[in-house]
Amino acid sequence: MTDIAGIQTAIDRFMQSDTRGALLPLLHALQEEFGHVDPAAVPPIADALNLSRAEVHGVISFYHDFRTEAPARHVVKLCRAESCQSRGGAAIEAQLSHQLGVAMGHARKDGQVALEPVYCLGLCAIGPNALVDDRPVARIDSARVVAIASEVEA
Amino acid sequence: MTRVFISKDMASLALGADAVAQAFAEAGCEVVRTGSYGLFAIEPLVEVETDEGRVAYGPVGPDDVAAVLGGSHGARIGAIGDHPFFARQQRFTFARCGVTDPLSLADYTAHGGWKGLEAAIGLSPQDVVDAVKASGLRGRGGAGFPTGIKWQTVLDTPADEKFIVCNADEGDSGTFADRMLMEGDPYCLIEGMAIAGHAVGAGHGYIYIRSEYPFAIEAMREAIARSAGKIAPFTLEVRVGAGAYVCGEETALLDSIEGKRGQVRAKPPLPAIEGLWGKPTVINNVLSLAAVPFILAEGAQAYADVGFGRSRGTMPIQIAGNVRNGGLYEVGFGVTLGELVNEIGGGTASGRPVRAVQVGGPLGAYFPPSMFHLPFDYEAFAQAGGLIGHAGITVFDDSVDMAHMARFAMEFCAVESCGKCTPCRIGSTRGVELIDRIVAKAPRAAGALETMPQIRNASRSARSHDQEVELLRDLCDTMKHGSLCALGGFTPYPVLSALDHFPEDFGGGNALPEAAE
Repeated sequence: MTDIAGIQTAIDRFMQSDTRGALLPLLHALQEEFGHVDPAAVPPIADALNLSRAEVHGVISFYHDFRTEAPARHVVKLCRAESCQSRGGAAIEAQLSHQLGVAMGHARKDGQVALEPVYCLGLCAIGPNALVDDRPVARIDSARVVAIASEVEA
Repeated sequence: MTRVFISKDMASLALGADAVAQAFAEAGCEVVRTGSYGLFAIEPLVEVETDEGRVAYGPVGPDDVAAVLGGSHGARIGAIGDHPFFARQQRFTFARCGVTDPLSLADYTAHGGWKGLEAAIGLSPQDVVDAVKASGLRGRGGAGFPTGIKWQTVLDTPADEKFIVCNADEGDSGTFADRMLMEGDPYCLIEGMAIAGHAVGAGHGYIYIRSEYPFAIEAMREAIARSAGKIAPFTLEVRVGAGAYVCGEETALLDSIEGKRGQVRAKPPLPAIEGLWGKPTVINNVLSLAAVPFILAEGAQAYADVGFGRSRGTMPIQIAGNVRNGGLYEVGFGVTLGELVNEIGGGTASGRPVRAVQVGGPLGAYFPPSMFHLPFDYEAFAQAGGLIGHAGITVFDDSVDMAHMARFAMEFCAVESCGKCTPCRIGSTRGVELIDRIVAKAPRAAGALETMPQIRNASRSARSHDQEVELLRDLCDTMKHGSLCALGGFTPYPVLSALDHFPEDFGGGNALPEAAE
């Protein structure tokens, strides 16, 4: 359920910081508090920053990080960039996708876990790498795939 | 109480450093968390303070505490500086990384911190700019533009307000030096930015960090808060990206800080004249700014004395991918690609032969081992059809499919294009389709079609494999010369280098049946 009053409160609180070029920091703040940027937040954001709704929507949709729906309970972000590819990343992606029961770029229907691509975590000599609920994991092999899968089922 | 030093660099954390630190704390040790020396093959690395100095062990697990403290552990290295990986390094920028507690102001000062800023404050802005010019420092983000010239332009442009922007949107695969420096020695970057502020007359600076680097964001924010008094009246703040690769392009980054879609701006005007909010702006990479304190503290000549040709000073090179001893290796320019991959990197991690090395991130060229004689130097790489970029080296063994890597480069460009210019936005999608057709068609002698207009206008099914290859080269030419920024403009580097050096991977299978068109 959309918590419009809560969103407005968060926006008001943020506006006190008097940040220049505030749209991205505000979207980050809202996503941190609510887990996503609800489309219903667009009009109050536009009002607060004196922007058009189209501008706000344009920014939300431009950046990969901003989500408009609530995230899964656990998010596994697997690196797909060249360095991890050179260390067998494609095979790990296939195994992870199979173990988690969800295709890359999707959330499982029960909302338990999402598998998302990320392009480089800066751990390029010890790949394949992932962020499991923001915790970095390196040198992922078959055993670590199983460990990640059991961790996110909890 | 025994003091032990354990890295809290993101790579060390990913390899389990927290559990190791906890085990040493439970054994009654005083644990100091440091940055990483950058030799990830032996992380988690533990250094134990002894009468003879720090003794290093690595890799160390939580069960190894007793053996390490007893001095008998099999992973004993001795003094870290004696490790073969460090023997030939020249650590100017990364001198403190791995040594100090990144957030300790006392550590920073004790290890030579703030000397550069103090020297700069005693000089006129023009003298500081002259010192940076004399050092020969060139932009470490990839373009290699002389940093001092950029600063001079900002200094010479009158304005009521100027800015220093640090580009910490290190999105290239195979690069992690910016992340390591921000996590391992954040005050070095802060000092460099404060010097830049004094040099050009800017009062405020932004550090734009990609969201994929949560630990660097946290470290920089905390370091800025703690050092505010030291750099006053100059002020700094962190801005966090939101997962857009193109924001590493300086003008897209400026738009992103202004709260807009990260779209590239046409140049001119240069950001040095009309940058952030239309004001004169120094925009430099993390490594460029972090090199400045050394230059001011030790003198421009000390920096310029190291290097090769017109590439002066040191380059923190990142050896990554399928490599045995991957990590950060800071050394003067001129070391050859082969030395980096085979001698320092130790060849592939898989033990198979090296087949290709990509230098400079997703937009960098692929080189075969026959080109390993290339010296690490901006001009030498440009001449060989490549670029140094942010000095990331990604090693691939002989299992790599180079047509797949070329396709991936085009696909990445298609996904990450900001959409402002046509060659990048549409060309990259057409590039993916072309590579798919090239791989699917068996090579055969070129048919009657010969000129590029005839090839372009022919139906897809009528084109031969060779003609499709010609079309891909033509498309790359358009992208290279017609794109607004490096994303579309440099994507041809990995594509064409793969095609030039590994044509056998594009030979393809059987010709597509007509019905598949």
